[in-house]
Amino acid sequence: MSDAELLQRLLEGSPELESSLGLERGRIVARPASSELLGVIDTLHDAGFDYLEMVTAVDRDDDFELVYLLQSRRHSASLFVRTTVPRHDPRIASLTGLWTAAEWQEREVFDLFGIEFEGHPDLRRILLPDEWEGHPLRKDYRDERLIPRPDYI
Amino acid sequence: MAYVDRIGAALDRSPGGVILTSLDALVGWSRGQSLWSMPMGTACCAIELISSSFSKFDFDRLGTFPRPDPRHTDVMILAGTITRKMQPAVKRLYDQMPDPKWVIAMGNCTVSGGIFFYDTYSVVRGADEFLPVDVYLAGCPPRPESLQDAVLQLRELVREESLAPSVRHERDLQLPRPAEDEAR
Repeated sequence: MSDAELLQRLLEGSPELESSLGLERGRIVARPASSELLGVIDTLHDAGFDYLEMVTAVDRDDDFELVYLLQSRRHSASLFVRTTVPRHDPRIASLTGLWTAAEWQEREVFDLFGIEFEGHPDLRRILLPDEWEGHPLRKDYRDERLIPRPDYI
Repeated sequence: MAYVDRIGAALDRSPGGVILTSLDALVGWSRGQSLWSMPMGTACCAIELISSSFSKFDFDRLGTFPRPDPRHTDVMILAGTITRKMQPAVKRLYDQMPDPKWVIAMGNCTVSGGIFFYDTYSVVRGADEFLPVDVYLAGCPPRPESLQDAVLQLRELVREESLAPSVRHERDLQLPRPAEDEAR
């Protein structure tokens, strides 16, 4: 079934998703507010999207956008859940209650962006050494050991 | 011609089957013939290292045999990108190797940082930032035959080395560049 049809079925099954679900370029994307994230993901989980594929983040200059990729084995479909957190206070609810897989993925997002996940059992750095300072994937990260690529290459 | 053939020919020519040689030459030759390797494979070059050890390219015919314990090895083959987090571990394993020891830097990442030279915060730009490298092998990754050629080049180097202890010790202490993250 196409994504548009799947969207219809999801909205029929759970009308409370109306405000956050939508079609973007032919794919289903949910955009809840960061305070509603857990509720929306819970509903999607019950609707069949019970496999968490990926948790990542993007540094838009004004805020951070968290991206979750959920997949449904039942419907053979995937959808994105995108939510934003403000730059000055980057905290969001953790999904470790639903999926254990979220534990390490959220640790990676914390390590590279500095976004804190409330309710995470063990939030610490995972890729970089423990004593590293700063969060490298932020746009304002500066490191004197980094050599920028010159134009002539 | 192989060294062994030359010794065989010399034995044939000599009266009574006796050859006189210097201890340096004999020890240098025998060390080069069996360089047991510490396969420090951290990234993609490790795949080429592994494939050069197996039957198609066969390292063992050169006398180079991978050993998991650094205390049993002569040469550390650094195959793969060295990140700053990994660097103290590599240095510790190098320190655990007994003298005399040599290092082959395999692949662009260990030679100079490779494709990670620019725009990266986490990669050590070349193994010679913290280790004395003997043979630099460029390639991304170098073919197994290149790695075996590097071992043969190292064998030539080992053959020329003298047993005199001062040369060996000094060479180890003089690194080309000061190590940046010594404290890590």
